[in-house]
Amino acid sequence: MATKLPPVDVVIVGSGWTGGIVAKELAPTGLKVVMFERGRPQDTTPDFSGPQAHDSLKYSRRLHMVQDLSQETITFRNSMDQVALPIRQHGFYWPGTNVGGSGAHWSGLTWRWLEWEHKMLSGTVAKYGKGIIPEDMNLQDWPLSYAELEPYYDKFEKVCGISGKAGNIKGKNVPGGNPFEAPRQNEYPTPPMTASHTMMLFEKATQNLGYHPFPVPTANCSEDYTNPDGITLGQCHYCGHCTAFGCEANAKASPHFLMLPLARKNPNFQLRTNSTVVKVNLSSDGKRATGVTYVDARGRELEQPADLVVLGAFVTGNVHLMLHSGIGKPYDPKTNTGVIGRNYAFQGGGGAFLLLDKNTFTNPFMGSGALGTWIDDFNGDNYDFAKAGYIGGGGISIGSNSGDPLTYHPTLPGAPRWGKGWKQAMVDAYHHVAGIGHQGAVMSYRQNYFDLDPTYRDAFGRPLLRLTFDWQPNETKIMTAHSAVCQEIAGEIMGRKPGGPGGPRAIGHFNSAPYQTTHNTGGVVFGDDPNTSALNKYCQSWDVPNVFVLGSCVFPQNAGRNPTGPVGALAYWTAEAITKKYLKRPGALV
Amino acid sequence: MTDEATTDRRTLLKLAGLGLGVAAVPTAAAVAAQGEPAAAPPAAGGHDMAGMNHAAPVAGGEPRPGYVFLNPDEAAFVEAFVDTLIPEDELTAKGTDLGVAIFVDRQLYGGWGNGDRMYLQGPFLEGTPEQGYQLRLTPNQLVTAGIADVNDHVSATYAGNSFDTLEEADRIKVVTALESASIDLPTVPTRYFFNTLFQLVMDGFFADPIYGGNKGKASWKMLGYPGVGEMYADKIAEWRNRPYRVDEPLSIQDLM
Ligand SMILES: Cc1cc2nc3c(=O)[nH]c(=O)nc-3n(C[C@H](O)[C@H](O)[C@H](O)COP(=O)(O)OP(=O)(O)OC[C@H]3O[C@@H](n4cnc5c(N)ncnc54)[C@H](O)[C@@H]3O)c2cc1C
Repeated sequence: MATKLPPVDVVIVGSGWTGGIVAKELAPTGLKVVMFERGRPQDTTPDFSGPQAHDSLKYSRRLHMVQDLSQETITFRNSMDQVALPIRQHGFYWPGTNVGGSGAHWSGLTWRWLEWEHKMLSGTVAKYGKGIIPEDMNLQDWPLSYAELEPYYDKFEKVCGISGKAGNIKGKNVPGGNPFEAPRQNEYPTPPMTASHTMMLFEKATQNLGYHPFPVPTANCSEDYTNPDGITLGQCHYCGHCTAFGCEANAKASPHFLMLPLARKNPNFQLRTNSTVVKVNLSSDGKRATGVTYVDARGRELEQPADLVVLGAFVTGNVHLMLHSGIGKPYDPKTNTGVIGRNYAFQGGGGAFLLLDKNTFTNPFMGSGALGTWIDDFNGDNYDFAKAGYIGGGGISIGSNSGDPLTYHPTLPGAPRWGKGWKQAMVDAYHHVAGIGHQGAVMSYRQNYFDLDPTYRDAFGRPLLRLTFDWQPNETKIMTAHSAVCQEIAGEIMGRKPGGPGGPRAIGHFNSAPYQTTHNTGGVVFGDDPNTSALNKYCQSWDVPNVFVLGSCVFPQNAGRNPTGPVGALAYWTAEAITKKYLKRPGALV
Repeated sequence: MTDEATTDRRTLLKLAGLGLGVAAVPTAAAVAAQGEPAAAPPAAGGHDMAGMNHAAPVAGGEPRPGYVFLNPDEAAFVEAFVDTLIPEDELTAKGTDLGVAIFVDRQLYGGWGNGDRMYLQGPFLEGTPEQGYQLRLTPNQLVTAGIADVNDHVSATYAGNSFDTLEEADRIKVVTALESASIDLPTVPTRYFFNTLFQLVMDGFFADPIYGGNKGKASWKMLGYPGVGEMYADKIAEWRNRPYRVDEPLSIQDLM
């Protein structure tokens, strides 16, 4: 039996980006707020200090900041006729653990999604009619528009000190930025990062081809910057130990130093680490959350009563808690009804290999997680995707991210992988190759979804979350088409015809084993219709209104770009709805 | 065991277990590259004797590292495997001289080798390739079972030899066959065994020397990687399209 603790006002599950933002916004209200984090405490000092912060075996290979699968994992299968099996070793995504969550070890590409990416259904139908939507595609709009979210995007960018170049300020085109971006009220808070040589090659080649290159907006700060909350971010060192690492310079925006210290200033806020929330408890009629049950460091099961529960446990954690706690109707793919687990999507990818001549030097070790140059010419509805034969698109880019030999020791195509000749092939390649990549949108389908696994259990005795996912023809077509564009650009840089090595990430079945990205979407989506969404426009459960759910699990489908820009903006939007509306009149906001 | 060298090697490895110490010894070249006095002459004799003939402590009185996890047969296999993947050439010393076999030993003995953060609950089904690793074995169980499998295969194919006693050309043949999974191992799937040990050896070659491999930062020097202490905010523009090099890359240990 769980020991019952004295009640509090608010429970927040997870100390990553979403939990951190909500904690920081709710703590000053004077409410008693308790945040649970399954991982350990962690801070820039002492955890990311010293040369050990650049230990790539520890962070990129052993994944020190990524969730412990012996405690919790998911099962996976490509289709409903297969038996799902557990992901036993770290695979296609790396969800964070410890204070700051994935936010402490992310890369930092920080986007505003396009207007169309907030209304993929109506935007597509308006342009092309209903006819182009495949029967099994659950295409849905967001319940709020880009314009409604714009001030919150602005806020998130300012808090993180995002480095970038605007392309569209209040409807006016600004040279150097992304001409396709939705109108913004303000320029980025800090200027773009310094481009590497390969980025400049990409810029020139894409301009020659008539495309519109611009610097990727980054949460790796281009200069020292003090944000509106008075917190200072340092200038990025371009040290090349970024993705999967914590940042010793506080140049990479992370909730562990931007949010939690501010929340903790409030004596009514408490952070409990090494504490895994295993369930949201409900009243006997199932209409109210009464708090959560969690397991502490010693393994004790404790019940924490609360009036309000906010889930910020990343996509898989949130969907798991919703299903296991019985909040909302589980999705049934056979009838396409129910909402929890519905509309899971991942991220497409692929690219082309760039082989430069011996007199071109890339200095691959100079870079950061998000440093890159991008074109949006084939993303969203910036082009006629219907003519190309699919819905959606993707970004195409070159990055200068890391040259640490542990994870980066390319060879020329066709060279041996070991033994005689192998070392020379690496020496020949290390300073003279690069890659052009694309990151594709993924639509949501009836057959791609989450539910609970019938067989496997986690360390707490709960059924594991089960994922059923495969590439569908729409996404395979995007990946194929965009790999060809990468080839075209590589050809332009190298002065050769397209058609060298490289290719779409996956033609065939989705493979859960190799790491790809941590850009998972859906499972607890928001919308205007309770029949096709779990949450209303304030990310509030339709069924249990004192539960709010945050993160990219609310997106009805994935865009061809990274998720955390809108994830952060929506966390501010929801926090405001809670403080300004919900707390005044607790109950359904829609 | 048929040939002399084998017996000698096994005996030495067993003595190693008794504390005489045998493991990866830097060649004179590698030691010199580290700026330390050469402790011993380069290994003499056949390839399978390499690294076996220096029982004395290195200069400074530090004991030579020995194996903590691998038994003598397994250590012999790993050393031979490491040097097949990373042979000595004009670019670097051979893998064992760079500490790569010791790296493998330590990694297998540690948390990762014991599968500490893997999900290891059953039932265990084979699954599809897209479902990834589905064995009950931890990485260290996988590797040691695979080593026994490969040695059985070698013994049956090469007149009673073990992998470490094969001539270089035959070792290359066996590793090539493992890589393409054209040998079917009885206990562990060839693909998983090869990929796990291959990755581990690569990691030992490239990881920070603090883990025992990549001695003298040999792979970093080979590639022209400046190490883990550099900051490039003021260099990235200045060095565009020009090779940025340092005389001595810095490792974690160097910076402590
Ligand atoms: C390697 C990597 C690179 C990335 N790069 C980018 C990028 O460049 N751009 C981008 O937009 N996005 C990127 N992302 C994604 C980004 O990190 C996430 O979108 C973002 O962190 C999501 O915020 P969140 O609050 O939903 O989850 P997280 O930040 O992951 O936080 C969730 C927290 O909840 C905790 N938790 C989970 N379950 C429980 C439980 N039951 N009880 C208690 N605590 C729990 C976790 O330990 C974790 O600390 C990257 C992610 C990774 C892993």
